[in-house]
Amino acid sequence: MFEPVLLKNINTPDSFKIDSYLKNGGYRSLKKALEMSPDSIIQMVKDSGLRGRGGAGFPTGLKWSFIPKDPTIPKYLCCNADEGEPGTFKDRAIIEKDPHQLLEGMAIACYAIGAANAYIYIRGEFALGGDRLEDAIREAVSKGYLGKNMPGSNFSLNIYVHRGAGAYICGEETALLESIEGRRALPRIKPPFPAQVGLFGKPTVINNVETLACVPHIIERGAAWFASIGPAKSPGPKLFGVSGHVNKPGLYELPMGTPLREIVYNHAGGIKNGRSLKAVIPGGVSAPMLTEKDLDITMDFESLAAKGSMLGSGAVIVMDDNTCIVKSALIIHEFFHHESCGKCTPCREGLDWIVKVMRRVEGGEGKEGDVDLLLKLCGDVFGRTFCPLGDGAVMALRAAINNFRSEFEYHVSNKRCMVNGRGKVNR
Amino acid sequence: MLSEKAVKEIEEITTRYPVKRSAVMPALFVVQKEYGYVTEEGMREVAKILGLRPILVFEVATFYTMYNKKPVGKYHIQVCRNISCSLLGAEHVVGIIERKLGIKVKETTSDKRFTLSEVECLGSCGTAPMMQINDKYYESLTEPMIDDILKSLK
Repeated sequence: MFEPVLLKNINTPDSFKIDSYLKNGGYRSLKKALEMSPDSIIQMVKDSGLRGRGGAGFPTGLKWSFIPKDPTIPKYLCCNADEGEPGTFKDRAIIEKDPHQLLEGMAIACYAIGAANAYIYIRGEFALGGDRLEDAIREAVSKGYLGKNMPGSNFSLNIYVHRGAGAYICGEETALLESIEGRRALPRIKPPFPAQVGLFGKPTVINNVETLACVPHIIERGAAWFASIGPAKSPGPKLFGVSGHVNKPGLYELPMGTPLREIVYNHAGGIKNGRSLKAVIPGGVSAPMLTEKDLDITMDFESLAAKGSMLGSGAVIVMDDNTCIVKSALIIHEFFHHESCGKCTPCREGLDWIVKVMRRVEGGEGKEGDVDLLLKLCGDVFGRTFCPLGDGAVMALRAAINNFRSEFEYHVSNKRCMVNGRGKVNR
Repeated sequence: MLSEKAVKEIEEITTRYPVKRSAVMPALFVVQKEYGYVTEEGMREVAKILGLRPILVFEVATFYTMYNKKPVGKYHIQVCRNISCSLLGAEHVVGIIERKLGIKVKETTSDKRFTLSEVECLGSCGTAPMMQINDKYYESLTEPMIDDILKSLK
């Protein structure tokens, strides 16, 4: 049985309050870190092998090391708490139930990169989470763990909460920066990368909540301990959120590299109502879906990429054999269509065209050749967009068509659903 | 006109950022709290306080979905319709609420108590199906629960 690291405190009473956090050893890692040199902290995080938990899997220590060392340049840390990838509910658990774990990780990161100010970009819908974070910041400042002259040092840090207002695109790091600057969240062209020109034009690190929450544990228990959990190239504990047709949906903390089959059948209790598995999305809706034959895959960055999918946010969405894949693909595509920011033409127009074709196919009004048209449109969008939103949208749809092409064709030729027989579906 | 308290709140928010423009989003939430939705007058007032051209406030208010550009009911019911909730009956949840309130999605009851919306993922997929009413999440919904929740909202 794997002993939880990130979720170890969440069931203690008042786990979101500082007294509870301190009782469980909280803020010891910050004290320890403040006695180390910033460079040795960055080295430790590099040695741990920690990779970004927001989806991209970029090595965290390496990202921190790109920040210029010049102390006269202001620097920023932004915590990406815009958790919006459908299927994902891991960061919300940390924020609502153990916000000090995140604040401690942020404080250590800020000290390591020399940032005196940090923002937590939390999606606006997480009202409770935003309130918990603001309360936690106040508590930490009043106890001297944040603010001026932190424990045993002359390092000072302000952390602010910035609430989003309903836009998936803000999870894209440069769109997030635009949003904090008070603009529409349109992604920026890279380079320059945020480590050089980020928030307010200054060097900036953007890290996901779960990534930052790993940091105090690395400081406390060492890089070698972290690196020893899971596969060598993708080590550490990982939060997997399981949703859909399973008996025990929920959040599971397991070693990176846990087989997908074990997550679905052991931890999440298998498929509901004794049905069988038809498809599973392994990392949030941008991650191409897998089927029964792929279930022995281990859940880590490399293994999923090798299968043409991705670990993404570790959000596992399970569909049983009674699920209409065409409809599921439409729901997912409507999401991307709704959330496209409109900045670049392939994504704005491509996803709009795709959604029109998808709606008629699903609704029993498809035309001959529509399935090939969908694949062609996917190809027209893929690799041509400003940010990964468009790629995610078409990768998801392509995987649905490639795995279940006969269902799409059936919708077109029989004007109804292959699974439930429904004709023109009212949505 | 925004109340003195609201103006003070917006001015306090600007101290969190090196540039005033960053306060646009939180300021629009202040406006929404004050007027019930984001009014044109409110947007102009934000522009004035932050020293921005009004268009720079309008474009932010219309980009982000949580700013209501027209009045909503006292209770804004937002049902998640994304994949995990759909797999577990989000459409059914919407149908139940439509029936009970006698309105369709995007409509408001004649007594202005309830507005019903369908929204994209709210990050509550492990406890699907779910809805948000104003700031509060209601999760793992069943028909009797929906009944009780609606009855409790006066």
